[in-house]
Amino acid sequence: MSPILEIQKLTHIYSAGTPFEHTALEDVSFSVERGEFIGIIGHTGSGKSTLMQHLNGLLKPTSGKVLLDGADIWSDKKLTRQARFRVGLVFQYPEYQLFEETVYKDIAFGPKNMGLSREEIDRRVREAASFVGLTDSQLEASPFDLSGGQKRRVAIAGVIAMEPEVLILDEPTAGLDPAGRAEILRNIESYRQAKNATIMMVSHSMNDVALLTDRLLVMNGAHLAMDGTPNEVFTHAWDLVDMGLDIPEVTRVFLELRKLDVALPPVYTMEQAIDALKGGIAGA
Amino acid sequence: MLKDITLGQYFPGNSVIHRLDPRTKLVMLVVYIVALFLASGPASYGLMLAFLLTCIGVSGVPGKAFLRGMKPLVFILIFTGILNLFFTQGETVLVSFWIITITLEGVVRSVYMMARILMLIAGTFLLTYTTSPIALTDGLESLLNPLKKIKVPVHELAMMMCIALRFIPTLIEETDKIMSAQKARGADFETGKLMDRVRALVPILVPLFISAFRRADELATAMECRCYHGGDGRTKMKLLRYKRRDFCAYGIGILLLLAVILLTRFGL
Repeated sequence: MSPILEIQKLTHIYSAGTPFEHTALEDVSFSVERGEFIGIIGHTGSGKSTLMQHLNGLLKPTSGKVLLDGADIWSDKKLTRQARFRVGLVFQYPEYQLFEETVYKDIAFGPKNMGLSREEIDRRVREAASFVGLTDSQLEASPFDLSGGQKRRVAIAGVIAMEPEVLILDEPTAGLDPAGRAEILRNIESYRQAKNATIMMVSHSMNDVALLTDRLLVMNGAHLAMDGTPNEVFTHAWDLVDMGLDIPEVTRVFLELRKLDVALPPVYTMEQAIDALKGGIAGA
Repeated sequence: MLKDITLGQYFPGNSVIHRLDPRTKLVMLVVYIVALFLASGPASYGLMLAFLLTCIGVSGVPGKAFLRGMKPLVFILIFTGILNLFFTQGETVLVSFWIITITLEGVVRSVYMMARILMLIAGTFLLTYTTSPIALTDGLESLLNPLKKIKVPVHELAMMMCIALRFIPTLIEETDKIMSAQKARGADFETGKLMDRVRALVPILVPLFISAFRRADELATAMECRCYHGGDGRTKMKLLRYKRRDFCAYGIGILLLLAVILLTRFGL
């Protein structure tokens, strides 16, 4: 099957031709398959947010192309608008964009803009609400009466209700407590499995991306610095550290041990670490 | 798009104009505006223009910044020009057809009116471009201090103005963010009938107001945590003190005013 998203030589320059000119993305190319769970990492200002906003047509590339299902999203106005719905984008702190009187109406905003029938909107709202674990009574509440974590889930449901084939999230767990974080990550994973959707998640939590994703994109200074499985990327753990990024705690511990000539494989999740240690003990 | 708004933007610098006491600059702006409205002939307008251009030159603020700031006012400018052109009575008729009569007096007057507005705005811009918002409010507070005697809350007003200026860029950024987020959910601000477009603003305005109130609340708490309780007994780190250059500036202001009065007396 052809890739769902293809990014070809994408370059974006802000305020081109003025003294404030700033290259946010330069010559970035990669493609995304259906059903992949991709983590995007990179420090502040590395071009992550700019990249995300290109994937659903919010920003127009200075040069390069974004292909959705093989078609350039900027070749036709209709395709640009479709890209907004087929590629769902959840911004950082999405709870600040809630505006309706009830949770139900807020989640229905996206589907309504798609011009769907009332029954279809109702089905999608209820389904999206169930993905993020909202009860029926919460649907009739005002979004401003909910807790921070609940608001965040309502906002994510608002995007899920458009049933995007690609769901992009910018730090969906920022500022939440551990229970809230785990809950949201579970919701995202269940949406992916139910719809065979592609997930792209920007995160600063290396433990989260190591655990959940099957591919990592590393952005550094407007370039795509690395693209590979977590295993491949975390093999270059010291390069990540040089880029000012974190690495999973367990990876760091193992790397320090390897420096002391302890024979250990590179690992990036707790399970791998336990297996490696058990194997080591068994071997000794 | 929203970032193009230059209202109240400050261009840091170290020119004489930057270093003037904010009170001097405020008073000078008033003097300048009074002189501008007194001016009535080519000589007095020329003098005002020369004064303005000298000040802009000395300040070192790029001329482009002034032009950019004028953009939103083009409509008012053209409107004023046309009104004066058509509705000025005069003797020397240049063009006359149907109900429209253009007289020489009309042309002259409309040129003067447009020049007056342009110079008025440029002068005000010069103040905001060369004075940081904090210095400006400090100056305003100090100038309005006598009004405290009649129970005008001068300090509170100055603080409100300072906070408002400080939060303009923040709110613009916030608006940009909210617009992107709603666009990602398929909101459409660019097409549709007028009513549709007005309705399309609700998803932006509601979150914007909520966040503005939230910020105000947080700021109030933070200020109280630092023991802010109004202006009474509050000391200042940077005391405003007149220097020699300020007296020079006042001198120039008085001379300018006198010169303009004299010139208009003789009909120049």
